[in-house]
Amino acid sequence: MTTTEVTPTPRTARPVTQLGDRVFAGSAKGAGILILVVLAGVAAFLLTEAFPALVAPASELPGEHNLAVYIWPLLFGTLLSALIALVIATPLAICVALFISHYAPRRIAQGLGYLVDLLAAVPSIVYGLWGVGVLAPASVGLMTWLNDYLGWIPLFAGPVSATGRTMLVAGLVLAVMILPIITAVAREVFLQAPRLHEEAALALGATRWEMIKMAVLPFGRSGLISGAMLGLGRALGETMAVAIVLSVSGVVTFNLVSSGNPSSIAANIALQFPEASGLGVNVLIASGLVLFLVTLAVNMLARYIVNRRSEFSGAN
Amino acid sequence: MSKNIEAKDLNIYYGSFRAVEGVNMSIKKKTVTALIGPSGCGKSTFLRSINRMHEVIAGAYVEGKLELDGQDLYGAGMDPVIVRRQIGMVFQRPNPFPTMSIYDNVIAGMKLNNKRASRKEFDETVERSLRGANLWNEVKDRLDKPGSGLSGGQQQRLCIARAIAVQPDVLLMDEPCSALDPISTLAIEDLINELKNDYTIVIVTHNMQQAARVSDYTGFFNIEGTGKPGKLVEMDETKTIFSQPTQKATEDYVSGRFG
Ligand SMILES: Nc1ncnc2c1ncn2[C@@H]1O[C@H](COP(=O)(O)OP(=O)(O)OP(=O)(O)O)[C@@H](O)[C@H]1O
Ligand SMILES: [Mg+2]
Repeated sequence: MTTTEVTPTPRTARPVTQLGDRVFAGSAKGAGILILVVLAGVAAFLLTEAFPALVAPASELPGEHNLAVYIWPLLFGTLLSALIALVIATPLAICVALFISHYAPRRIAQGLGYLVDLLAAVPSIVYGLWGVGVLAPASVGLMTWLNDYLGWIPLFAGPVSATGRTMLVAGLVLAVMILPIITAVAREVFLQAPRLHEEAALALGATRWEMIKMAVLPFGRSGLISGAMLGLGRALGETMAVAIVLSVSGVVTFNLVSSGNPSSIAANIALQFPEASGLGVNVLIASGLVLFLVTLAVNMLARYIVNRRSEFSGAN
Repeated sequence: MSKNIEAKDLNIYYGSFRAVEGVNMSIKKKTVTALIGPSGCGKSTFLRSINRMHEVIAGAYVEGKLELDGQDLYGAGMDPVIVRRQIGMVFQRPNPFPTMSIYDNVIAGMKLNNKRASRKEFDETVERSLRGANLWNEVKDRLDKPGSGLSGGQQQRLCIARAIAVQPDVLLMDEPCSALDPISTLAIEDLINELKNDYTIVIVTHNMQQAARVSDYTGFFNIEGTGKPGKLVEMDETKTIFSQPTQKATEDYVSGRFG
């Protein structure tokens, strides 16, 4: 490499490497650099295009309010819908994955695995249509029940939407959408739990569930977090399903069952972009920048959580 | 605490393959019994049938009778989980739980049995078990560190501590020293000598000297050919097996002559 040319020390012999190794190392490095370049390009695009909206006075912006006032409800809607999806999907995914990896007979497990993978192949627009056409009307009853009996919790304060196009349903649709990816990751990490440690737990007199708690779940912890974050990333960026399902009024509220909801950033961009012009485009891109930063932060947080206890991860 | 084991006409299967056939064996309490024999003759299989770990393999099952002080371990209504809480096991490769600290590893079994124990009881168990496994002095200052950070020999002693923490009636060991250096091996052999004051110990080993050093009784397993079931050829006091066995196969094996 360049260092050997700059420093005149001919005796520092280069380690002998095979051609195949060098080709692989080179292409791996190339791929890594390419990713960085693409990422930097996206960030640069977002920054330059968002810049006019960031510096423009509030009076010139569409709707004549401050940029933060415009983006905040969208950000809130994005986070809330993604959070609902994550809270519903993660436990379900863990159960399904455990069933596939540790409970079901092998033939059933395989079939179930394919079925879950198939869920991942359904286009998001189809989920959106299913959400608004089937799930929304079907869940009106459930939401009325929640409102009747748990109405004292602000989440279910109502009044219940007659169409069912609520934040709760949007979150449910998103949960179904991110279920396959979380399940697939969870199943992989559960299957990799070392036999050695499973047997150690069983030999101590653990029941199957206790064995899973001792040897499988702790082992899969970091993998589970990565899977959940992948799902969260997808839920944050999901456009069509939310755009179709949610009935939007732009209010910021934790009320999950009423017809007045904040939209999400991605859905809002998709709905507004065709008619946007001038500064309006810059405003939408600025909201995209916010989404980009949020997703980045989520991923960094996941890394941090995974690394914090890596000493106990079993990788050593 | 310690109990006798009695196997009667035990056949052990992997699916349709009969791996071990017709084992009759009495193991006396507070003794060390070594199981020796060529590779593939079913020593591990037999050992794992004693604490019902055999059946965790899909399709594996056992025929015949196995009694722990007269209690039928394979009787109807006998929960394998209960059996395993009475019969501890140490594996060939050290397998402390990597996600747990040394402390939590030792009390892992106790937490299953008795979730209500106080901090003080846990502390006492940890110290007693680690002392029992001759590991206390080496780890007492780092009980909160992961068990996987110990050396191989220390990890194996941690596994022994984990097994004896629940004060089982029997301790099974499958080649516990085969992954260890000579010094760690000696440490574990010394430990076995101490443990037999309290426990019935059954140990599988490929090391003749080790069998001669640590055991009171020795059982020799053999196999006639691949695909045939392994059988218990002979079992007697260790010094008899090594000096004047009744079977020619045993004599050939312990003197290093095969075939
Ligand atoms: N999980 C399994 N499934 C099917 N057959 C098995 C399984 N484990 C062992 N066997 C077979 O059972 C027989 C006895 O194996 P076992 O492991 O008990 O031998 P061993 O005496 O412990 O040998 P070693 O000294 O090499 O450990 C062998 O023929 C082996 O191939
Ligand atoms: Mg073996």
